[in-house]
Amino acid sequence: MSSAALPPAAEAGEILLVVENVSLSFGGVRAIRDVSFDVRRGEIRAIIGPNGAGKTSMLNVINGFYHPQAGRITYKGATRRRMRPHQAAAQGIARTFQNVALFKGMTTLDNILAGRTLRMHKSFFWQLWRYGPAFAEEIEHRKYCEEIIDFLEIERIRKELVGRLPYGLQKRVELGRALAMQPDLLLLDEPMAGMNLEEKEDMSRFILDVNAEFGTTIALIEHDIGVVMDLSDRIVVLDYGNKIADGKPDEVRSDQAVIDAYLGVVH
Amino acid sequence: MQSGASRDPEGALDTFPKWLRHHAQVRGARPAIRLKDRGIWHTWTWAESYEHVRALAHGLRTLGIGIGDKVAIVGANRPALYWGIAAAQWLRAVPVPVYADAVADEMAYIIENADVKIALVQDQEQVDKILAIAARLPQLTHVLYDEERGLRTYDHARLHAIAEAMARSRAALAEPVAAAELDAEIDRGQADDSSIMLYTSGTTGRSKGVVLSAGRSVAAARDTVEFDKLTDQDEQLAYLPLAWVGDHYLNYAQMFVAGGCMACPESADTVQQDLREIGPTFYFAPPRVFESLLTRVMIRMEDASRLKRAIFHHFLGVARRFGEKIMDGKPVPLHARLHYALGTLFVYAPLKNVLGFSRIRTAYTAGEAIGQDLFSFYRSLGMNLKQLYGQTEAFLYVTCQADGAVRADTVGPAAPNVALRLAPDGEVQFKSPGQFIEYYKDPLKTAEAMTQDGFVKTGDAGIFEADGQLKILDRAKDVGRLRDGTLFAPKYIENKLKFFPNIKEVVAYGDARDFVTVMLNIELASVGNWAERNGIAYGSYQEIAAHPRVYALVAKHVREVNRALAREAQMAGAQIKRFLILPKELDADDGELTRTQKVRRGFIAERYAALVAGLYDGSAAADISAEVTYEDGRKGVLAARVRIEALETVMPLDREMPRERAA
Repeated sequence: MSSAALPPAAEAGEILLVVENVSLSFGGVRAIRDVSFDVRRGEIRAIIGPNGAGKTSMLNVINGFYHPQAGRITYKGATRRRMRPHQAAAQGIARTFQNVALFKGMTTLDNILAGRTLRMHKSFFWQLWRYGPAFAEEIEHRKYCEEIIDFLEIERIRKELVGRLPYGLQKRVELGRALAMQPDLLLLDEPMAGMNLEEKEDMSRFILDVNAEFGTTIALIEHDIGVVMDLSDRIVVLDYGNKIADGKPDEVRSDQAVIDAYLGVVH
Repeated sequence: MQSGASRDPEGALDTFPKWLRHHAQVRGARPAIRLKDRGIWHTWTWAESYEHVRALAHGLRTLGIGIGDKVAIVGANRPALYWGIAAAQWLRAVPVPVYADAVADEMAYIIENADVKIALVQDQEQVDKILAIAARLPQLTHVLYDEERGLRTYDHARLHAIAEAMARSRAALAEPVAAAELDAEIDRGQADDSSIMLYTSGTTGRSKGVVLSAGRSVAAARDTVEFDKLTDQDEQLAYLPLAWVGDHYLNYAQMFVAGGCMACPESADTVQQDLREIGPTFYFAPPRVFESLLTRVMIRMEDASRLKRAIFHHFLGVARRFGEKIMDGKPVPLHARLHYALGTLFVYAPLKNVLGFSRIRTAYTAGEAIGQDLFSFYRSLGMNLKQLYGQTEAFLYVTCQADGAVRADTVGPAAPNVALRLAPDGEVQFKSPGQFIEYYKDPLKTAEAMTQDGFVKTGDAGIFEADGQLKILDRAKDVGRLRDGTLFAPKYIENKLKFFPNIKEVVAYGDARDFVTVMLNIELASVGNWAERNGIAYGSYQEIAAHPRVYALVAKHVREVNRALAREAQMAGAQIKRFLILPKELDADDGELTRTQKVRRGFIAERYAALVAGLYDGSAAADISAEVTYEDGRKGVLAARVRIEALETVMPLDREMPRERAA
């Protein structure tokens, strides 16, 4: 009867994403060196590491923003060297950003609705009229967005301009916009950066709930190692672009290489 | 559009389920309850509500609920929970609403004390709390929840979704024999069935379960529905805590009798927006809600252009002068009426619309004293705001003000059919139609709360005004007398001073003394602002509190209070003769305030004994040194010489003098 039980899919899920021997450099800087790991359907997978370890680069590689010089990425069984961001989005990869990237002059609701863009199929022709198929479609989308608003408990700010909201709420709206895509894989880039303890707790709760309720696979980057240990099913640890550990929170916690990386042993 | 009593001349409708069935038959298509969900208002008619309650009642019965069993109701205002209350009553079981923000231990106490068999809860949060304490509660057999989110993976052996239970029941009720059997339960309901158990807040000791009977609850509600002429056209926002008597009375009981509609807000955070969308006709809020609304309006108005601000304040001035008189039907010159009408067009109506108050016919406030200015502000806009005084033990109403006879400093004459009297020591006692039966399983406390002749002791001290209205002074145990026998009600005097924005806390002394004195704290925010405008430099609270011009400012307020006291026959002798401004702010960390920010008079008198002595020995100053606790927990010693100011008192005035302060 415990709420802390693992989501059902987490243990034996099929593999959704495989990263194989990926290397990425910018000029002489080698951001990622020969990293491999996988993400199973339905799990919460964390990528952690000290500053400059290559976490955000890794996320950018996964959603096609960066193109690795070497290695392969297999997503939903299809392998490709490069994937473009819009392909990634079309295939159900959504993400949030380390620094909130919302439309600040639009309301919460409109921001979340924007997340539905890829799922709006009625042509411009139908959109010319108020009533008709495009209208019906929009109602469907609004319904879905309202589910998300309810889910994230942001009813109060539904009609408020996002730019005026406090940071913690903006982060929540951004999560809402990513969820509006109904993603198969949700990439969260430091979802708790800059938050106070209470906001962090709220956000952790939402991430767990998204995973449990929608069955969304989540790959997240996080700085706060304590939070990650509680949230994740499995953790990849990067340091200076290398993978130094990979496993369940307990295994990672006791890994000497990880302890060294975080305590700052000289390389 | 008939009133409650005329709709039921024989009084056959003596339980809430009977009223529910009555409305389902008579006004089945009228809205009964609304809920904003996913951004949309959903409405259930009386007929639909009846059908839902019926299904839920069957579900509860299937789970073993029968006469006298207790059903806990935990959560925010949701139709499913209100239906749960009615469903329990249908089976002659007793609903026991529990505060949704109660921590698990408090909840355990109530569930155990009330012998709750089934809990009907809103969501995962409440389910988690109950599961955490379930091991301690062997008599608790099942938990039903409304919102499924997060609960899918839970063990459902003793946990059920309300929607599923209702669906199963609907299938079962298709069977005519089962349906007839269930329907007959309503008619078996009797006036002396326990209708609900409401737990007191428990500020003094453990909270007690106040048992109210069906017949008395209905009778009380019927009286006030009649009094305020509530009908099936009325609508209100059900946003008060379910476990509080105010919600059960004003939303549930009154609407079940009047046949009106209650709307459940989307969430606790959206009440203001929902209020605006619903536009209730009947509204209740404690004074601090009205106060924070006013502050918000004023702050936002500051952002407007100079011209708009000028228009706004001009018309507020007009409203202050004529608004209340126009509402009360008193003579007002024609030009003032025209001026006011213009104000309605440009300011009052739009303002009320923004606040969601456009349709309000009757509004009440209660719970604490409300300042004259605050109270008048809303009334001058044309909002019929009144006061009531009530208690859980009375099933709310003890007194209430009638339209047109409203004052800020009283709570009205006895409510319909309420017998009201003052005990020799000034304690208010009443006998009312809704009067409670007993404290659950606590005959001792029940006996303590009653007089020999069946009146309920409120524990509050009051006086009657010449127009028959009751004025609540203080808790009876805190009221004392001066040496000359004059009534001394410290909180009454303190409140009068605290209505000034410059004054934050006040402690009044006078019991068994020759005259009244006060020690007070200034409100640093507003006095600081005043100091800035007047070019007074200061470095700390202590420094500004001792400033002669601040003393002069406060003296002006104290004199004003003395003038107000002089106008009241029984209070004129309790004017403030001497006062001082404390060199430090009273703080809960130092034990001077309770955690709910109430002054602890006795403790303060001990701690500042030197100051109290100074207040009474005629000296112009007194020295203190007191230990203080800083925010980081360190302790320090505060030593100061505090000036004591003496004031002339005002001769008692003729009682026919106008009550209002200068407009």
